[in-house]
Amino acid sequence: MRNVLTICSKEIKSYFVSPIAYLLLGLFGLISGYFFYSATAFFVMSGMRQQMMGSQQAMSVNEYVIAPLLGNSSVVGLFLIPLISMRLFAEEMRSGTIELLLTSPVRDWEIVLGKWAGAMAMYLCVLGISVLNIATLSIWGSPDWRPILTGILGLTLQGGCLLAIGTFISTTTRNQIIAGGATFAVSLLLWVLSWVTSYNEAPWAQVIAYLAIPTHYEPFAKGVLDTKDLIYYLSVIFFGLFMTKRSLESLRWRS
Amino acid sequence: MIKVEGLTKRYARNVAVNNISFEVGKGEIVGFLGKNGAGKTTTMRVLTCFLPPTEGKASVAGFDVLEQPMDVKRNIGYLPETPPLYPEMEVADYLSFVARLKGIAGTDIAKRVAEVCDRTAIGDVRNKIIGKLSKGYRQRVGIAQAIIHNPPVLILDEPTSGLDPEQQLHVRQLVASLSGDHTIILSTHILSEVEQSCSKVIIINEGRIVAVDSVAALHMRGRATEIVAVEVTGADSFTVKQKLEEVSGVARVVSRDSKSGNVAFEVEGLEGSFIRPDLARTIVHAGWHLTELRTVGESLEDIFLDLTRAEKTDTTKVEEGSAQ
Repeated sequence: MRNVLTICSKEIKSYFVSPIAYLLLGLFGLISGYFFYSATAFFVMSGMRQQMMGSQQAMSVNEYVIAPLLGNSSVVGLFLIPLISMRLFAEEMRSGTIELLLTSPVRDWEIVLGKWAGAMAMYLCVLGISVLNIATLSIWGSPDWRPILTGILGLTLQGGCLLAIGTFISTTTRNQIIAGGATFAVSLLLWVLSWVTSYNEAPWAQVIAYLAIPTHYEPFAKGVLDTKDLIYYLSVIFFGLFMTKRSLESLRWRS
Repeated sequence: MIKVEGLTKRYARNVAVNNISFEVGKGEIVGFLGKNGAGKTTTMRVLTCFLPPTEGKASVAGFDVLEQPMDVKRNIGYLPETPPLYPEMEVADYLSFVARLKGIAGTDIAKRVAEVCDRTAIGDVRNKIIGKLSKGYRQRVGIAQAIIHNPPVLILDEPTSGLDPEQQLHVRQLVASLSGDHTIILSTHILSEVEQSCSKVIIINEGRIVAVDSVAALHMRGRATEIVAVEVTGADSFTVKQKLEEVSGVARVVSRDSKSGNVAFEVEGLEGSFIRPDLARTIVHAGWHLTELRTVGESLEDIFLDLTRAEKTDTTKVEEGSAQ
């Protein structure tokens, strides 16, 4: 466990001494800030219009601001996650530092877990910007916290999945650009798999839709914690990390 | 400390190391000598558990590289060909990271880092970013990370490659200073380096060991026939040559250039004959002045080239190797 923490904290430091962390935080801050402003402005405008029309029903902040905001964060995450995960192993293989890790008394799974945890920490920092935005809402309104918390949990798990896949892809090449590009392609594919159910209700389509990542995020966004979705996310994370470990082992035979 | 038996490493198409065996005792400094691509790095990678052997056995400090890799790794300090440095980190940060990886207790880390900085003379750059260091400093940081956990075995892959002569000297002195408490294997293709720092030499060529010997014994090798350099004043070249050829046991006399205007030769004796006293006597009896008489030792370079050529290698490659 100590080794996992050692590697994880080294990874976090690496992000913050390089421009990557600031680029990610800056980009995400800008984009999610814009989303937040638009959603809130739209909410305020339509709220005033409804009042003028004499409607009795109050509009829900959760429904009109927070849910779309978290939904957008998950889409933006799709673009940012490859940027976080691409360097994890590709950079070590290119610079030769992988020799240090693999000849130190550290187990392969400790390396894998440490790297992934470091990437997760970076992702959570980025996600923190969204949370900050949402937190400001509580100054003027009283949003329902349950769907916010489950939504953030959902985003965390979803990020964990994509990062696990990205970590695996990063072990397969020494070129960061290839690792990033391939991770983006795979993530996008896992995203759009959910589309099949919109034109086909056959069992195979259901299975494919189950494999899609957004299918499992929706309940979280509504404040529903379903074991089915938790199991999906946790098993994808496990599978991704397991593949990473295997790939790392095979590196010894490949090189 | 290190035992290798019948080690073979095959890659997809070629054999990098072919059935090699050797042993290294405690406290020895062994030079691993060979041309580029001879299999030095592969052997070292197997010993450090970076690569698994295809066949054969290797053990370090009594632990097998396949069965007990964690124990092997704990007992080894390894400097790969390119030092495994993170360019964005500061030297001290990097060394504490490595110390933690190698399992040093948290309370001892600062002390160990200070010790190795002192030992490798990098104290003045400990707060600099590694990416901004010169090559000599980087190499020393690389050695510092290899010795941070004070391992009984040190494996250094070309520790002096790419350094200027002064830096090479520093690294060599550093390696020599480590020899007391560590068993060291260092690979190189610089022959003088082996002569200066190693007690034993393993010469490897095309994945096979062609010689395992002490440096002194290697010098003795190939010296079955004695070659003597002779310099004489007071006579012309032709007469001297004729006279020397008559000495018993002399196989051949070759004229040599001489700077001071003297007459100089290289005299080769027959196998097993001791010709120096007879040469001296002959010259003195003839009334000439003998200004020089010394045996010409075969340089390690020649021995190395002979041994690797004997393996029927491409001669052009050998010349490339010796040019470096």
